[in-house]
Amino acid sequence: MSKPEASVVTQATKVALARPRSDYRPAGVSPSRRQRRRYTIRLWSVRHSRLLEWVYAHFADLFLKLHPLWRAVGYQRAEAPVTFVERRVKGLLFDCRMCGQCILSSTGMTCPMNCPKQLRNGPCGGVRANGNCEVEPDMPCVWVQAWNGARQMRQGVENLMNVQPPVDQSLRETSAWLRVTALAAGAEARREVSP
Amino acid sequence: MIARQSDEHPHGVDLPLDPLPGHSSRGRLERVLRRGEFAVTAELNPPDSANPQDVYERASVFDGWVDGINAVDASGANCHMSSVGICALLTRMGYAPIMQIACRDRNRIAIQGDVLGASAMGVANILCLTGDGVQCGDQPGARPVFDFDCMSLLATIRSMRDEAKFLSGRKLTTAPAVFLGAAINPFAPPHDFRPLRLRKKIEAGAQFVQSQYCYDVAMFRDYMARVRDLGLDRQCFIMCGVGPLASARTARWMRANVPGVHIPDAVIARLEGAEDQKREGRQICIDIIDEVKEIEGVAGIHVMAYRQEELVAEIVAESGVLKGRRPWKREARIDERQVVERLGELLDRDAISPQDMAEKALLNDDA
Repeated sequence: MSKPEASVVTQATKVALARPRSDYRPAGVSPSRRQRRRYTIRLWSVRHSRLLEWVYAHFADLFLKLHPLWRAVGYQRAEAPVTFVERRVKGLLFDCRMCGQCILSSTGMTCPMNCPKQLRNGPCGGVRANGNCEVEPDMPCVWVQAWNGARQMRQGVENLMNVQPPVDQSLRETSAWLRVTALAAGAEARREVSP
Repeated sequence: MIARQSDEHPHGVDLPLDPLPGHSSRGRLERVLRRGEFAVTAELNPPDSANPQDVYERASVFDGWVDGINAVDASGANCHMSSVGICALLTRMGYAPIMQIACRDRNRIAIQGDVLGASAMGVANILCLTGDGVQCGDQPGARPVFDFDCMSLLATIRSMRDEAKFLSGRKLTTAPAVFLGAAINPFAPPHDFRPLRLRKKIEAGAQFVQSQYCYDVAMFRDYMARVRDLGLDRQCFIMCGVGPLASARTARWMRANVPGVHIPDAVIARLEGAEDQKREGRQICIDIIDEVKEIEGVAGIHVMAYRQEELVAEIVAESGVLKGRRPWKREARIDERQVVERLGELLDRDAISPQDMAEKALLNDDA
């Protein structure tokens, strides 16, 4: 048997080798990969991004029409049940991470918080030739899917061009639906006051 | 004959000191503390500017009055010039900074790199803090990092210094020679746990500690009694944090808004009763120093005169804590001679542009 060729050992490999050995080796390397739920459903959502865009537009209108109801109930009181539903619905469809500032319509109906670097403005330079993630070699890049999804949408590519501000971490685990609705209702009210 | 100062290199004042046996840094703060002299440190208010002059001006008011200047790391989670940047400027001018590192903003990769960079620049003292939550500051939307906490940060820097390796185990060719500090707050609950927490910090690597503002001497005395019972005052230098209050209103505001500050009603009442509140605040600070310096196990004071930095010299002078000692004005860096030579070379050399030099070289090659 011939000796295997000496390959270049990276620092990361050395550190990984120095770790104490145990029978349990967790899958993947990033929490965003480990927390993923129904991967097939997420891919389905990307394939049907145009349908979901239409659904969301009508849903957002409906939510806005319900503004008087939210006001009557109190946004604070509505927060817990709405967040509960939002977490589960978006969790099932998109593997939502509840950043509280949803930009799905600007990212081709893929949740960018599933990217190990949580990039919200496009793919990094490390995407592999097969379209997989630099960090998780067997996971398709979130942004490759976002591009596919966005191209099918009516305003997908246009929205993709928006420069996203840094995530406001103080909004995590809050309802994006209620925030968008309240902001839209406020803007509408201001328009009526000063036409 | 000029009296030789005790911390002077035998071959010249401009030379950096070698660490004494058993010392972990080249800094004079460690020497002062280990000799048993009462040390004084102060906190520099970090500028919101990119002008080095701002740092030099703010440091110059401490000149010759303190053994170390704390360069804060975005204290209160408010954005200011970084502590690494301030330390770079301070060491350039020969001040002895105490670089604060808060775990809130940077992860282990950034922090370990900063420790090496700081040590290379001549920073001899590092204070390890967990840091206030981002929610207290001017940018509550920032991601709180807290990759390390103060304890694991202390342990990591200690192993970088003593075992010359990164947290990952990778070797360092030159270890950072730093004197390691931590913070204590004897005025916050759970009071029984506080001395044990100090013990834990010492076990993790703390060699000196600076306390939160002390306005309740009785409470501090109790704390110190328990610290002495545990023998911790002999394993670590304890410096008491003090500071002048500008007015009763400021005191109320601080008590309500600055996390971990405890100001008894009596102090506020005394401020309110005074004709000149600012002067009274200064006097309270001096009175507290007078009481605190007598407590057994207190190795020094840390004066935090936020936006009243000009008072530090007066407070130190009037409280007489230096006992006639004059802290060093200048601390030489290890690369000082090299920098001076290079500067001389640049200044002395005939004005010849790099373009001319390249042209000359080309001509020589052709010939």
